[in-house]
Amino acid sequence: MAMTMSQKILARRAGLEEVTAGQLVRAKVDLVLGNDITSPVAVNEFEKAGFDRVFDAEKIVMVMDHFTPNKDIKAAAQCKQCREFAAKHGIGRFYDSGRAGVEHALLPEEGLAAPGELIIGADSHTCTYGALGAFSTGVGSTDMAAGMATGETWFKVPEALRFNLRGRCGGYVSGKDVILHIIGITGADGALYKSMEFGGEGMGSLSIDDRLCMANMVVEAGAKNGVFEVDGITRDYISDKVTRGYEAFAPDANARYAGVFDIDLSAVRPMAAFPHSPDNVKAVGDAGGVGIDQVVIGSCTNGRLSDMRTAAEILKGGKVARGVRCIVIPATQRVFLECIRLGYAEIFVRAGCVFNTPTCGPCLGGHTGILAEGERCVATTNRNFVGRMGHTGSEVYLASPATAAHSALTGKLSCP
Amino acid sequence: MQARGFVHKYGDNVDTDVIIPARYLNTSDVKELAAHCMEDIDAKFSENVRRGDIIVGGANFGCGSSREHAPAAIKESGIACVIAETFARIFYRNAINIGLPILECPAAAREIRKGDEVQIDFDAGTVTDLTAGKSYKAEPFPDFIKEIIKSGGLLKSISKGIIP
Repeated sequence: MAMTMSQKILARRAGLEEVTAGQLVRAKVDLVLGNDITSPVAVNEFEKAGFDRVFDAEKIVMVMDHFTPNKDIKAAAQCKQCREFAAKHGIGRFYDSGRAGVEHALLPEEGLAAPGELIIGADSHTCTYGALGAFSTGVGSTDMAAGMATGETWFKVPEALRFNLRGRCGGYVSGKDVILHIIGITGADGALYKSMEFGGEGMGSLSIDDRLCMANMVVEAGAKNGVFEVDGITRDYISDKVTRGYEAFAPDANARYAGVFDIDLSAVRPMAAFPHSPDNVKAVGDAGGVGIDQVVIGSCTNGRLSDMRTAAEILKGGKVARGVRCIVIPATQRVFLECIRLGYAEIFVRAGCVFNTPTCGPCLGGHTGILAEGERCVATTNRNFVGRMGHTGSEVYLASPATAAHSALTGKLSCP
Repeated sequence: MQARGFVHKYGDNVDTDVIIPARYLNTSDVKELAAHCMEDIDAKFSENVRRGDIIVGGANFGCGSSREHAPAAIKESGIACVIAETFARIFYRNAINIGLPILECPAAAREIRKGDEVQIDFDAGTVTDLTAGKSYKAEPFPDFIKEIIKSGGLLKSISKGIIP
């Protein structure tokens, strides 16, 4: 029976020759991830269930990124609980403030995701690592606890939507515009319970940062996971990061899909998702210049070095419009340092931006950029639900770093 | 197992950010979470909800963040069951894992109205709108999910050696 990429990875990790859509399997996981919001619940459940050891301390990662640097006393207590659990169980990959970053930007940098691996994380954007050819998906805290205890988890084998990419993106069009365009086609539940699988010659024009951004947002179409075929660009990216062996899976030529989409990258325009759903997508050029109060550039979607480079190019020598706050947050310590070394930090500060240490902060309305009633923000993040970044009467417009930076200069939703 | 209660009705794509806003996630205390459950789409929910009530949503209920705090807050609020056309997959797993009863039943989700009194027979998989006098058949769970539910959640089913 022909299989998709996702099915091949699940079959391998379940120790089966083949699997078919709808089948329930028990599979070995290569990595279990949690953050400072989801891990405390997992730790409580782990201890309540009476487990006294983790299956493999090397395969568990905890990243303190959401409410950090600790925004209040309760947030500090949650991080402390995680820190103590990690110390007790010898979890070396415990990433604390100053050594961390936004988890889904950090793990690929650290070489913790590779093609063919099966990764679960108690964070819905764990789907990001599919950019590197992994089967990677978000779960809840109890699934994280079970994963930490047993090294295994259960899956219903998904069917897949196939996206054949061709052509190349023009000008300042990036992976963010492509995935917003795609979510506009599928809708917020168009890929529910399914994989989204990406391939085709157009992949060659998409950098790893573009692919990470796209895989990051497949959950906004309801997908279980998103996965890209592995090519020379993938292998180059991981060559200095991943030293262990890995296996790249290509889909069978006759694999069956629940839907096949041809995406011409050259036809994708700068896109924005309007309030209050990531599938409420319009071309920025047709959107009539909505006036804004804030811009956020960062997050697990768009806080990587190429995102900072794009923002710096556009903001260089300019000034953030009067009445607009622009908050720039590199996603990891490494990206932060590169922004300093390459002069981007100075460009941001001279333009009148806030330049902040890595954190998820404003993306989920946690801290560092909360919106008041009636305020509007252009953000490079991944969700614009009611109240996501602050007051229920505030609005978030999701867009690319180029669009966000340009909007900061003009004071309205606009693209270069 | 049976449930009988009054309905709190919502639309499509109810996301976990409105079920429990992130600003309250600096605690995992379910009582504190329940006090803010549904706050951003239904400000009076925690005041109005009664033990045994039922939530009815549309398609893709529980989309967005993986926060298990969302089904936990609903469960602690006293909700006996969430009925929806479809559930977002992480919410579906989380609800099963923590023992919050859920049912996929598109016709019931569309037709049942706010405030209706509804009775659910989980073993028979039937949903009865007592106010409208109409019955619906819910999608049955796969056997092994029934086992997780019967065991009282995922971790208990692991302790008992029941996973596929």
